[in-house]
Amino acid sequence: MDKLKRIGFVIAFSLLQVFAFAQEMNTTKEDPTDFMRSNGKLYVVVAVIVTIVAGLFIYLLNLDRKISRLEKDMKQKA
Amino acid sequence: MIRQSWWKLLSFVLLMYVCSMGFIVKVPLLDGRLQQSVRNLFFHVPMWICMMTLFSVSVYYAVRFLRNPQTNYDLYSVEFARTGLLFGFLGITTGAIWANYQWGEPWSGDPKQNGAAIALLIYFAYFVLRGSMNDTDKRSRISAVYNVFAYCMLFPTIWILPRLTESLHPGGRGSEGNPGLNPDDTTAAMKTVMIPAFIGWTLLGIWIASLRVRLRIYQENKTSNG
Repeated sequence: MDKLKRIGFVIAFSLLQVFAFAQEMNTTKEDPTDFMRSNGKLYVVVAVIVTIVAGLFIYLLNLDRKISRLEKDMKQKA
Repeated sequence: MIRQSWWKLLSFVLLMYVCSMGFIVKVPLLDGRLQQSVRNLFFHVPMWICMMTLFSVSVYYAVRFLRNPQTNYDLYSVEFARTGLLFGFLGITTGAIWANYQWGEPWSGDPKQNGAAIALLIYFAYFVLRGSMNDTDKRSRISAVYNVFAYCMLFPTIWILPRLTESLHPGGRGSEGNPGLNPDDTTAAMKTVMIPAFIGWTLLGIWIASLRVRLRIYQENKTSNG
C-alpha cells in the first residue's frame, strides 16, 4: 500500500511538470516583471539548486544527530 | 574535531554562497568557447579537489594503521576512500556531461579523462580486494598496503601524465599549466566563488565520510560488546 502511494505521488508530480510546461507555452513572450523572472528566469534555477543543497544539508544534519544519539546511548550502557 | 559543528555550518554557508553566487557572478566571455558553462568550475572541479582530499585522509589513516594496527584506523581509511570514490565518480560523470557540449562527445579519450578513469579503477580494486578476504586482520593489513599503492598511483595518473601531453582540458599545451584550471580564464571575481567552492564541497565530503566512520565504529563496538 505504501509503495502504491509513493508511485501515485511520483506520477502526480510528473503530471505537474506537464501543466507547468503548458503554462509556459501560453505565455512565451512575457516581459520580466520582477527579479526572479529577469535574465531568462535564470534565478529560478538558482532557487531550485539552493533548495536541493539546503535539503541535503538538513538530511545530513538529521543523520548526524541520530548517530550522535546512538553513540550517547552506547556510552551510557557501557 | 569530527563531532564539532562549526565546520559543518561553515560548509553549509559556503555552499549556499557558491550555489547562488555561482550563477550570478560575472564570467568572462572567452571568445565564446565556454560561454556560461565555465560556471561548472564551481561544481565540477571541486568534486576532484574533494576526492583528492578524502583520498589523502584515507592514505594517512592507512599509514597510521600500518604503524599501529587499531581497528578504528582501518575504518577511517576505508570510509574516507569510499566517499572519495563517490566524489570521483560524480566528477567523472559531470565531466562527461560538460564534455558532451564542449568537446562534442562525452568521452574523447582525453589524457586527463583516461588518467582519472584509471585512478578511479585502481580505487575500485581496493574495494574488490577488501571484499575478497574474510580474515579481518589480514584484510585490514593488505588493504592498507594497497591503499598506499593506490594513492601513489594518483600521482602519475592525475597529476603528472596529464601535464605532459596535449589535452583538451585547460593547461593542455605541453607541460605547461595545471590539469584542472586555466589561470588565464579565471578572473578575480570567479576566484571569490571558486575558493569557497573548493573548501565548501571538501568539507561536505568530509562530513559524509565522518558520519560513515562513526556509524562503522558504532557497529563495531556493538558487535564486540553484545
